[in-house]
Amino acid sequence: MKEATAGTLESGDIMIQIAPAKGLEIELQSSVEAQFGRQIREVIGETLAGLGIKDAYVRAVDKGALDCTIRARVTAAAVRATGEDVWKD
Amino acid sequence: MMFVPGNNPGMMADAHIYGPDSIMLDLEDSVTMAEKDAARLLVYNALKSIDYGTTEMVVRINPLSTPYGRKDVEAVVKAGVDVIRMPKTETADEVRELEAEILKVEEEIGAVGRTQIMAAIESALGIVNAYEIATASKRMMGIALGAEDYSANLKTNRTPGGAELLLARETIVVAARAAGIACFDTVYSNLDDMETFRKEVELIKTLGFDGKSIINPRQIEVVNSVFVPTEKEINKARAVIAGIKEAKAKGSGVISVNGKMVDRPVVIRAERTIALAVAAGVISEEEAL
Repeated sequence: MKEATAGTLESGDIMIQIAPAKGLEIELQSSVEAQFGRQIREVIGETLAGLGIKDAYVRAVDKGALDCTIRARVTAAAVRATGEDVWKD
Repeated sequence: MMFVPGNNPGMMADAHIYGPDSIMLDLEDSVTMAEKDAARLLVYNALKSIDYGTTEMVVRINPLSTPYGRKDVEAVVKAGVDVIRMPKTETADEVRELEAEILKVEEEIGAVGRTQIMAAIESALGIVNAYEIATASKRMMGIALGAEDYSANLKTNRTPGGAELLLARETIVVAARAAGIACFDTVYSNLDDMETFRKEVELIKTLGFDGKSIINPRQIEVVNSVFVPTEKEINKARAVIAGIKEAKAKGSGVISVNGKMVDRPVVIRAERTIALAVAAGVISEEEAL
């Protein structure tokens, strides 16, 4: 795994940075952290687990993204970090 | 049909709120090469998760000749898209190639025949082959004009009157009607000139198009105001249909409504007016009977 980023800081998006680490650590910055922080972390964790990634440092800057956007951005960052695409080549 | 960039999650989440008939999420020209992978994932996850209601969902994929096209097909077919829009279609073989690619993915997920195709024609060669393209696949639901690339290919520029597009527009309408499918006009990009936009919508309605591609929710109202039948038109259509029903009951095929002869083509137009009014929600299906 190498360091990789996906997403933007535009409204409705989330920027995800992934880097190699031991264990899973998620650092979240969000204007809706009090209400949705736990849910956002869960979606990030579940998406990574679905891709078989247990060890990673994730920094997420949320701008009010929907769950489907979080899944898409985490997957894109993970694919870029690992070089393993989810679609057939 | 409202165009929405496939790498803009905010716009993708809100697009259906404005009530377009269909939404086209774009993976092609509005997405940079560096973001093709991320946009594909966004579109896939949006289609799987966002409730777009009855809005028809279209995705414009990258050409199969690029490194992105096949992955786009896999992603959007698996996500359950209604229609795949092929960009820059020039031959019937290209349509058949896409059809085979769609079928491969549909077989894998057990959903054979679910995905329709729309071909965008954006070059002189595409216009020459319009009917072959329109009839190349049972999945073909419509053909559309892409005027920016077409004008460039023709070595001319777009003008407010659209003289440079006349042959292409008429060819697309005729090919679509001969094939029994729908046809859609190109986008108008100047959002500050709604008057010219309205004239263009009036022109393409007169030419026979079924709809217009748009790039901003502000354009929806203009398209609907041109395409949706007025109360007067609906009442006239009702009178024609009621008149012909009465005539048929008496064993006659020709009648006169308000002093004008009514025969089969007039009845077909009246039925289309009522169908459009129902589709636009101006009258209910019960009221149409």
